[in-house]
Amino acid sequence: MINKKVANVQEALNGVSNNMTFMFGGFGLSGIPENAIAELVKLGVSGLTCISNNAGVDDFGLGLLLQKKQIKKMISSYVGENEEFERQMLSGELDVELIPQGTLAERCRAAQSGFPAIYTPAGYGTEVAEGKETREFDGKMYVLEHAFKADFAFVKAWKGDAAGNLIFKGTARNFNPNMCGAAKITVAEVEELVPLGTLDPNQIHIPGIFVQRIFQGEVYEKRIEQRTVRPKIS
Amino acid sequence: MLDKNGIAKRIAKEVQDGYYVNLGIGIPTLVANYVREDIEVEFQSENGVLGMGPFPFEGEEDADVINAGKQTITTLPGASFFDSAMSFSMIRGKHVDLTILGAMEVAENGDIANWKIPGKMVKGMGGAMDLVASAENIIVAMMHTNKRGESKLLKKCTLPLTGVGCVKRIVTNLAVVEVTNNGFKLLERAPGVSVDEIKKATAGNLIVEGDIPEMQV
Repeated sequence: MINKKVANVQEALNGVSNNMTFMFGGFGLSGIPENAIAELVKLGVSGLTCISNNAGVDDFGLGLLLQKKQIKKMISSYVGENEEFERQMLSGELDVELIPQGTLAERCRAAQSGFPAIYTPAGYGTEVAEGKETREFDGKMYVLEHAFKADFAFVKAWKGDAAGNLIFKGTARNFNPNMCGAAKITVAEVEELVPLGTLDPNQIHIPGIFVQRIFQGEVYEKRIEQRTVRPKIS
Repeated sequence: MLDKNGIAKRIAKEVQDGYYVNLGIGIPTLVANYVREDIEVEFQSENGVLGMGPFPFEGEEDADVINAGKQTITTLPGASFFDSAMSFSMIRGKHVDLTILGAMEVAENGDIANWKIPGKMVKGMGGAMDLVASAENIIVAMMHTNKRGESKLLKKCTLPLTGVGCVKRIVTNLAVVEVTNNGFKLLERAPGVSVDEIKKATAGNLIVEGDIPEMQV
């Protein structure tokens, strides 16, 4: 077993510095690497380029890094629900690149899988395709989109082991598996770091080869963005 | 004239047995409430779930089980979770049978705009560009006119596009319209709405052939 376990979040984030490009797993506030984000706020690194589907809310998730003005550029598909984000974007303090959600996922997966670029139909004929190479296949037009290049990928899983194997839960899976191995260093934080040999190899979502560092997060708030319920019928 | 639930009810009639369906945020979400109970349909949410069920009972909500609108949901027997790349493989790979989404504008050639108002609203496209670029069967659910009373069915979109030539059918509070090579073809009128009223509310070319039946909702 090649040991990927690190003692804590401080050790897991060893080597992060200003002006780096980071990937963050998560959709909305679901499945975000809460502990890595909190530590990045403490470290105060700035000038960051962040690849993440969303940008958190004002007081949670990547919103915490935005509040401290640590982010220079966001690459996302949807950035509503965040006033500070909107303010920084409209004032020009923050550079924002909006790209289709499936393109974001596939640019991560291309980086993970050794493809320099992929062709997608998404965004053809829109401002997203401006300045990009396009090509026709079987009578339909596609846009060339390049693999991301990132220094660190911060992902969050439900369970993991010291070998770096990961299992995700529910829709908290989202972009996390696609970002594993898509950056120079992948840091996985898990709710539960289980003893080696207890995860069933048949059930592993991401094999440890894609993960360089793993640790168990100290706390998970797991905040709900839109709490929708129906009344209990007695 | 229909309200939002009426639009959803009419669109639900387009959902057929064995369909995998992706519902956008807003009116499309309501469609799930009106699908016939004697057919089997699975709802896909692009954040990574197939087989979505209703909202959870109070106290049973789970931060790890949400839909694309970030609302807490439940799953039905036979449901599955998957990552974002696989989710969009389902969408781009044409495995999803029907996409229902909202729009700010639709043009008579099937162009759609629904993600950005320059200088005013820039939240992003989310999965909409992937959905409209690939789906064979796209229904737009929207009000016929905007809050200022201006038509949303145009000759040409004025807002930044989400996709080109992709919309096939539009269901509004006033009408069911098909997008053809020659423009919008009127198929049905909403209850109590005249063809003239629909014409007045449609800025793009509206093709009216023969008697236009009233919608059954």
